[in-house]
Amino acid sequence: METTEQIRERILASLPGAQVSLVTNPGLAAQHSLLLGAAHALQAALLLRDDAALRLDFCSNVTGVDWPEREVSEADPTAPGGKVKRVVPGFLEVVYHLYSVALGHGPLVVRMRTANRSDQVTLPSLTPVWRSCEFQEREVFDLFGVVFAGHPDLRRILMWDEFKDHPMRKDYVEPDDFEWEPTPHGDVLERARRHYPAPARPAKEPAP
Amino acid sequence: MNPSGLPPLASLPGPQIRAVHDELHGDLLELSMGPHHPSTHGVFRMVVTLDGETVVKLKPVFGYLHRNHEKIAEGASYLGSMPYTDRLDYLCSMTNNWSYALAVERLAGQAVSERAEYVRVILAELTRLLNHTCLAGFLLQDGGASGTPLMYAFREREKILDLFESLSGSRMMCNYQRFGGCRADPSPAWLDSARALVDGYGRFLDEYEALLTGNEILMARTQGIGRLSPQLAVSAGVTGPMLRAAGVGYDIRKVDGYGFYPRFTFRVPIGADGDTYDRYMVRILEMRESIGILRQALRDIPAGPILDPKAKQRGLRPKAGEVYSRIEGPKGEIGFFLISDGGPNPYRYRVRPPSLINLTILEDMCLGQSIADSVVILGSVDIVLGEVDR
Repeated sequence: METTEQIRERILASLPGAQVSLVTNPGLAAQHSLLLGAAHALQAALLLRDDAALRLDFCSNVTGVDWPEREVSEADPTAPGGKVKRVVPGFLEVVYHLYSVALGHGPLVVRMRTANRSDQVTLPSLTPVWRSCEFQEREVFDLFGVVFAGHPDLRRILMWDEFKDHPMRKDYVEPDDFEWEPTPHGDVLERARRHYPAPARPAKEPAP
Repeated sequence: MNPSGLPPLASLPGPQIRAVHDELHGDLLELSMGPHHPSTHGVFRMVVTLDGETVVKLKPVFGYLHRNHEKIAEGASYLGSMPYTDRLDYLCSMTNNWSYALAVERLAGQAVSERAEYVRVILAELTRLLNHTCLAGFLLQDGGASGTPLMYAFREREKILDLFESLSGSRMMCNYQRFGGCRADPSPAWLDSARALVDGYGRFLDEYEALLTGNEILMARTQGIGRLSPQLAVSAGVTGPMLRAAGVGYDIRKVDGYGFYPRFTFRVPIGADGDTYDRYMVRILEMRESIGILRQALRDIPAGPILDPKAKQRGLRPKAGEVYSRIEGPKGEIGFFLISDGGPNPYRYRVRPPSLINLTILEDMCLGQSIADSVVILGSVDIVLGEVDR
């Protein structure tokens, strides 16, 4: 298979104006990936599937990654202390692993990112290109909260329909659905005490 | 909602059945099969819409066994998730272990000892034997052959589970693979009993096939039922014996050549019609090839260490980066996607579940078939709910 950089140039040659950038993987596996802009992602995906040299007809794995807002400190000689802190805004990421059954190569890793983690979480669905995305994008919607525009049946898949939150997000807090059970363990008793705070002691009855 | 102007999903390949319902033909019936139904192989539910006995719509419902395996693994150490992978597809814990160990080894750059590579191939092929044997039994059970084929299958499965138990200490929850090798070294006596089992397995398959393969009822219930086209199978990400039964010769053991598979001679059986009978037959033929691989592996297995004692297990902190790694499990492509941020536990841990993704085209296969056939079609997909729901 061509290198990820060559595939990027191939996409740009056919889709001028598309936002495609290379995300390098610093790890030992060196599976670099292409970051697609949401505006041209569908056309780029179709190109990856139908291009005679690539023919990535098999989308094996679709998953989400949550990247919450984080603070990084960078060296800056002008700032006091030589360092300056910068806030990197958070976003949700969807990762696709593409293979070619026809040509026997792969994987090509393709990513898309949302603008933020709260109100701009819509990305184009790639289910019209690869049918295998149908359930997996539903799972990313369910567990991460990415909304896929153009998905034929976007419902929760693992959690129940009435469920409100997205459990795979890093800042997910489990609901306090604790039930007391008699046990001698101190931490359980402590949790029970926090859960059922002691009622206020009644005022001492005045002496008759 | 469709920014590109592409055709909507309804125009994708696949049968489209339009039900007639007027005063003459009557109403459609919506039937909820499962989650407590013997034919659904666990807590799986299908909401089936029926026109008479014909399926006109089928929506699978998941999540009854969901415990968010991925979230739990993101809070555990790399080694701490290993026993949990046993619980995904609880028939095939050895291949789940291998796939996870392989992903971590690629992430952390650990080499595997030669003897361990052979042991992994042996255990993976034994797992394939037991999975496909059980599947054939369950499929016949779903078709109405109550008891006998399944009991024959379970008798043989128990012999393989005995081997697993004497090696790992547990029949099904083996927790056997480690990063860079395996946990316990198989003794010469163990290898001898594995050889004896492999030598006898062909005879069992002959007996099994004599009962089943040419059986008129099996043929009537499965031939031409639940056809799957190769184009749809590839597009829907179907993998494993289901993909090969649809006529696509794609086997990750051949394509990726992971482990020591390039050292072994074996063929990849493919189906001609993509129907339920082909899915049964491809699995039988795959078992015969597995016996061949096992013979070669048990003949050539070298002496040596099974696990480098210096290979880091506890407190493993792979360099920051990510990896997607996959193997050919008995049910299809079982893969793990790991992102490390350099910490002691994975930042992102994802299982690629073949059982769930193979269900994508369940509706397409069942449309236009009868309700009784949809049970057989589901049986031939070969799902385990521990993996579907995770």
